[in-house]
This record gives sequence, C-alpha cells and structure tokens, in this order.
Amino acid sequence: MDTSLAILLTQDGIVTGAIYALLATALVLVFSITHVPFVPLGGFVTFTALTLVAIQEQRTPLVAWVVVTMGVLCFLLELGSAWRSGTGGRTILAAAGKYLLAPVALSGLAVLASRSHVPVPVGMLAACLLIVPIGPMIYRLAFQPLIDSDPLTFFMLSIAVEVAMIGVGLVLFGPEGARTEAYTDFQLTLGELVIPGQSLFILGAAVLLTVGLFFFFNRTIRGKMLRATAVNRTGAQLMGISVVRSGQLAFTLAALIGAICGLLIAPRITLNYSSGLMIGMKGFIAAVVGGFVSYPIAALGALLIGLLESFSSFWMSAWKEVIVFTLIIPVLLFRTLHGGDGDDTH
Amino acid sequence: MKNAYLKNSALALLPLVVITALIPVLPIRESWVTTFSYIGIYSIVALSVVLLTGMAGMLSFGQAAFLGLGAYATAALSTHLGWSPWLGLLAGWVVTACSAWVLGRITLRMTGPYLPITTMLWGLALYFTFANLDVLGRNDGISGIPAVRVGAWSLEGQTAMYGLIWAVVVLALLGLRNYLNSRLGRATRALLSGTVMPEAMGIDTVHLKTLVFVYAALLASTAGWLYAHMVRAVSPSAFGFNYSVEFVFMAVVGGVGQLWGALLGAGVLTILKDLLQSYVPRLLPLEGNFEAILFGILIVVILIKTRQGLWPFIQRKIRIAPLAVAPADAAFLPRSEKPAAGTLLLKLEGVLRVFGGLVAVNKVSFEVKARQIVALIGPNGAGKSTTFNLVTGVLPVSGGRIEYRGQPISGLSSRQIVKGGICRTFQHVRLLPEMSVLENTAIGAHLRPAGDARRGVLRSILRLNGREERELLGEAALQLQRVGLGDFLHANAGSLSLGQQRLIEIARALCADPVLLMLDEPAAGLRHLEKQALAALLRQLRGEGVTVLLVEHDMEFVMGLADDIVVMDFGSKIAQGTPAHVQQDPAVLQAYLGGEEL
Repeated sequence: MDTSLAILLTQDGIVTGAIYALLATALVLVFSITHVPFVPLGGFVTFTALTLVAIQEQRTPLVAWVVVTMGVLCFLLELGSAWRSGTGGRTILAAAGKYLLAPVALSGLAVLASRSHVPVPVGMLAACLLIVPIGPMIYRLAFQPLIDSDPLTFFMLSIAVEVAMIGVGLVLFGPEGARTEAYTDFQLTLGELVIPGQSLFILGAAVLLTVGLFFFFNRTIRGKMLRATAVNRTGAQLMGISVVRSGQLAFTLAALIGAICGLLIAPRITLNYSSGLMIGMKGFIAAVVGGFVSYPIAALGALLIGLLESFSSFWMSAWKEVIVFTLIIPVLLFRTLHGGDGDDTH
Repeated sequence: MKNAYLKNSALALLPLVVITALIPVLPIRESWVTTFSYIGIYSIVALSVVLLTGMAGMLSFGQAAFLGLGAYATAALSTHLGWSPWLGLLAGWVVTACSAWVLGRITLRMTGPYLPITTMLWGLALYFTFANLDVLGRNDGISGIPAVRVGAWSLEGQTAMYGLIWAVVVLALLGLRNYLNSRLGRATRALLSGTVMPEAMGIDTVHLKTLVFVYAALLASTAGWLYAHMVRAVSPSAFGFNYSVEFVFMAVVGGVGQLWGALLGAGVLTILKDLLQSYVPRLLPLEGNFEAILFGILIVVILIKTRQGLWPFIQRKIRIAPLAVAPADAAFLPRSEKPAAGTLLLKLEGVLRVFGGLVAVNKVSFEVKARQIVALIGPNGAGKSTTFNLVTGVLPVSGGRIEYRGQPISGLSSRQIVKGGICRTFQHVRLLPEMSVLENTAIGAHLRPAGDARRGVLRSILRLNGREERELLGEAALQLQRVGLGDFLHANAGSLSLGQQRLIEIARALCADPVLLMLDEPAAGLRHLEKQALAALLRQLRGEGVTVLLVEHDMEFVMGLADDIVVMDFGSKIAQGTPAHVQQDPAVLQAYLGGEEL
C-alpha cells in the first residue's frame, strides 16, 4: 500500500470516526441520564438524511404524517394525565402547543420547503426540525410511562421502538437507498494531500457540536441539571430537578445529534431505511469502550472504529462489519479483567 | 410426591399434546402443519428467552445466531461431508456452547447493558459471516440437506418432522421445568433480585449466569438443527437480527415469567404474522413491513400495561398445583459442629468504611464470643447496617481487619464468607415475591449438604435429583415451621406481611446451617406475640450452639434477649457490655436521649 492511499484511508477513517464519536456522545448522554440504551438513535440519522433527499427531490416528506400522529398521541396522553390529576386548562393549552401546534408547524415548514427550490441549508434546517421532535415524543410515548423501570425493560422498549421505526422507515422511504447531492465541491490541497471540502465540513461541524455540548453542560443551568441527574438521580430529584424533564431534554439532544449526523453523512454514503441500525451499533461499540460513562474515551473508541472500518473496507470490504463488531470482544475482555466487577445498585 | 409430580406434569401437558397431535390429522390445509412446525421450533427458542430473561434477568438479542449455528453446523456437515445429522446436532452443540461461554464470560461479570449489546453485535456479525463464507454457500446458503434418520426410518415427510419437533418441544419444556425446580434452578431464579442476595447465600452468580446463558444457547441451537432438517435448506436471512428480536417479542407477548408463555407467544406471533402478511397487502396499497410496525408498538404497549404478557389471562382459568412441595417425612439435614461456648468467634479491629467524604464506620473494634446473642444497637445512621455489610463481605472495608475463627475475612467475597458459616438476613427484605415461601427459603440451603453446589445441571434436567430435592425442601419446610410460618409454605412470598417476610429471611439463613447468624432488624414489623416467639427461637438456637449477632431498634426485645450489647453512634463504637451495664452508660444515654451540653 502506498502512502497516498494510506493517507486517504486514514482521512476517511477519521471523518467516519467523528460521526461515530457524536453518536457515542448521544448514547452516553441518554444512558447516563435515563438508563435507556437508545438503540433507535441510528434511525434519526437515516430519517433525517432521507427526509433531506425527499425535500431536495421535491417530494412531500411523508414523515410529517408520523410526526403529527405522534404529536396527537402525546397530546392524548397528556390530556389523560391532566384529567386524572385535575390540573387546569393552562397545562392542557401548553400540551396542545407542544404536541399539536409545533408538529403541525414544523411539518408545514418541511412541506413548504419541498414545494419550492430552497437553498440547501434551508432544506437541511427543515429536515432537522421535522425529525428532532420525534426524540422527545418517543420518550413521552414509550419511556416516560415506565420511568423507574429496570435496564432490561428499557432495552426491550428500545428495541421495540427501533423495530417499529425501521418498519415505518420502509413505508416512508421505500426499500431503495439514496444520498443527497454534495453540499460543496471545494477541495483543500496541501502539497500531496487533497482534503475534500465535505470532510472538512464534517470535522468542523463535529468540533462545533462538541464545543456546543461542552458549553451547554458546563455553562447553562439546564445542562447542569442534566449532569446532576446523571450523577445522582434521587439527589437531583430532591433538589427539585424533574426526572421527566431531564429525560425529555436528553432525548431531544440525542435526536438533535442524530439528525445532525444524518445531515453530515447524507451526501457521503447511500443510506436506506434500515441503515440506521448498523450506524447506531458502531456508536454503541464506542460507548462500550467508554463504559457508558466517559465521553472522551468513547470518542477515542469511535475514532478507532472509524479507522478500522476504513482500512478493512479497503482490504476485505465484505468482512468490514464483522471486523468492526468483533472489536467489542477484546474491549470487553479488557474491561471485565480490569475492575469490571460491578456492584449492583438495587 | 412422585405421583403428584407425574400427575401435575401430565395434566399440564395434556392440552398441548391433544392439540398438537390433532393438527396433522384434522381436515385443515397442509400449510397449517408447516405453520405449527415453525411454531414448535420458535417455541423452543422462546423458551430459551424465558429462561434467560424471565427467570434469570438476562437479555440476549443473539438467540437467532445460536439457532443459525445449530442449523449451519448440521447443514454443512451432513451435506458436504455426508455425516449423520445426529453428529451434526452434536457439532452444533459444541460450537454453540463454546461461543456462548466466551460471550458470557466477557460480559456477565459487569453490570450494565453489555450482554444485550454484545449478543446483538454477535448476531449481526454472525449473519455477515454466514453470508460471506464460500463453504456455507454465501447468500444462497446450503440446500439439499438430508433428512434425519432414526434407524431405518427416514423423517422425510412434513408430518414426521412435525412429530419430532413437538417431541423436542415437550422434552425442552419438561427439562426446563425440572431444572427450574432444582437447587440450581432456584438459584437461577434468585438472580432476578440482583446479585447481592444470591452471593450472600453462597451462589456463584457469574458462573451460574454463564451456565444459564449456555443452556439457553443450546436450546436455540437444537431448534436450529430441527429447522435445518425440516426446511432442508439454510440461508443467512433466516437467522438475522430481526429473528432474535422476534424471539424476545414472543416471550414478552406470551409472558416472560412463565414457560408456557413461550409457547403461547410463539403461537400468537407466528399466526399473527402469517395473517398480516397475507391480508395487509390486499387492504393497503403501500409497500412495507407492517407486522414490524405493529409488533414494535404491541411490545411497547404490553410492557407498559401488563408486563406479564398474555399468559396470566389464561392461568386465571386453570389451577396448577405447586411443583415444589415439602416431603411428608422431612428431616433436618446433618448440622456442623459448633464452636464451644466462650471461644472467640468474630473479631473486628479498627474497621473503617468511608463513602466519599462520609465516614460511615469509624475504626470500630469489638468481639463476639461463641454461643452468645450479641446486639448491635444505636440511633439511625450509626453505621450498624454498614458494619453488617462489612462483616458479610457485601461491602469491602476501607481499613482495619475482621477475623472469623482466627482467620482474616476482610477482603473475602460474601460468597466465600457464607461458606465459613456466617449467614445473614437483610434490612430491606430480599426475597423473590413470585416464588413460594418454601422455595425462597430453600435458596438458603444452596451449599448443603456440604459438597459442590455447582454440579448437577444434567441431573436436575432429568430429575434424577429427587433425594436431594426432598432433603433441601424438607430442611426448608422444617426451618419455616420453626419460625412459625408452617402454614404458608406454598403461598407466594410477596403475599405475606413485611414482618412475615423477615421471618422467611431468618428461615432462609437458618437453612445454611450458620455458625454465626446475623439478623438485620429481625423484629421490625412483628407483633408483640410474634416478637416473643422470635426471642424464644433465638434462645433455642443459642442452646443449639448458634451464635447470633443482630441489629435491632426495639430496646425491650434487645434488653431481654442479648448477652452482650455493642452501641454505635455516628459510625463509632461508644459502649459495650451487658444490657444492665449499657443502660447506665452516660455516653449511651447521651446518644439516645440527648444529655446536657457540657
């Protein structure tokens, strides 16, 4: 293998790794706050990317129907609990705004964007805004009713949601894969090294997003609320932090990260309705590397996975998934031999 | 008892046998025989999920991969090499057991969602492996698999294979039932409560979880063997991740806490899927996988609404007698020699335990002499329960030294400590509410009679453990009578009052034949007469040579009972002595009543 090829593969691996690092961040975030292993995360990547494709091809983004339907279901649940607890009209009005008005407005925006030649960034924004609310609504429908459940139940719920999401994805997007047109054909040339603008765009966005999250968790009260919930749930509750709101916020952030990842890779690889599972699993491997606690170690793991995938897809592309997935075995072996002896917190 | 067991099994199996036997002869479409063959195969895998998830609290999304291993092993060997399918079955078992053992070993020691994630990845990786290996026919798989032969008889027809499949289902069901009603089976079910209680009863939870995981994988592998010889062809798509998910769904829909739930779930989901696949396309013009959407939503709703699946709705209609019953001729198991009165049994020297910045136990030293009742008292937050957890190895010490019969035990695990004869109860009751009082209590006898409690999986499955069962359940029944719960042997532990549940914990600890019995607030929640009975029992135990160390808040109970009292406050020992001495101690009065400020 010559050097230029190695550089090309390394560069490709780093870019892919950056995406996995973002996904791992979202998974660690959701798990540490809600104890939910968020398997459907990959679905947000594909849903956003394929919605953007629909907008660019001027087809109506059918996913709007799903968003509105979920909103109605959430509203009915809220209505039910408001009726049971006897809370007044203001709560119901707020719920209507959140679960009826917002989904309809965002759907309208996406449909409008698909009807006219909008600039690429507007399409991206519309797709992102349409998909992100699915995150907190999934939380409301599937996870909030069982908020104090055991990890086993959360995992089963997560898988059930993932299965439903893939099923819905097939109806919405069809079996064919698709990708968007490239956002830019700019190339950065540094001597021998040619870096596609696309890669720079992804890396830049990943860095921006990481800095944004860092700022959010360290400088804002809501971010600190989330961190408190992750460290000690009961303690946070005693301080008046609502576990439900933390959960919703965590799911919203994860959905946002997933959606941004979808925008970033949409022009890079062809995605179909079920690609999300595989992408999400690589985020999971990285999260396992970090033990579902450490963001930086998870990010390092993600980088390693990206590189491994890039090189193995060159040498033996049929086996690249097997190679990447098998990475989990040495990682777990290491973890289990080094003080993995967990105590149970029942 | 033997008869009761047989009658019980026959009664429970009767409807299953009748219905499945009728399917091939009824005047219905032949496709139903195929459907019911699939239901049989899926039932076996769903049974493995019930064993893992419903009984042992583990979750695997790789059961379809084990199914695939079993199927591909026999397919490759019998088709390419012309081996007998029976050898293929064995080969499948070997490959499955080895891979399951490795996966179990690297994940089951840790808490966290590592097993489900790893099995998911393993399932996905194996799928790609099947699809990429030339020898396994890549995406086309292997076809032309020979039929299973029994002697000169070849099971070629659909009906013959149907018979074999359901025979295996019945065997798997009975084997699991037998296993779950054995020493190891009860230990397995105890895993649902976490690992603290089982370890404190001497159960090696990592080993047991691995064992159960391998058992479940072997069930799936067997189903794979049946699949390969029924369909006579294998291809990767039959063992994809979606099937692993479906098997878990089947168990959840049917009822993950019940073996019958597996059969029910496999039947309901398989038929539902068939119906959806044939009718939905006629009604809707869209292309899609609607059963996936429906199943996903269905599972979310079931998990939120009932948790128990559909089986309880059926169980309400029938009454199944308990399997674990106390033998009529129950006798106590032989007990160990207890140390002579007055010998030093337990010695704490400067024991320290720190939680972050909080010193919960601050350099506590005291001794416990054999054949005495020693009480550990003190206001709330004094560090009594933490001291208990340190002595029993539930928590590691941060400093200091604990000796038991002259040997250091600080640093040993709770499993090793119980082997030495220290057994305990928990302040927050750790029982299995769905298990009977008798079975809960028998968990305490896990290490008895002295011997290797790890052995005997096969003996349990084949129910060759009748004598052992009579001994263990007999011991449990007698200990329950001693604590006054002789009338509640077959009630669910969760249906008793909290005070009674504490008594079950005492009976369970007594089943371990303790030299040192450690009771964490045994009298809490008991009525006056029950407290008197408990005090009498503890005195009787002392007479038999048992040493008792207890934490208690009821002063009347303690003062009338204890030989020696250790008083703690804010993590430190403030006094020790006889009840009369301690009652006069100024430091004790200060701690309990609040004295004048100096």
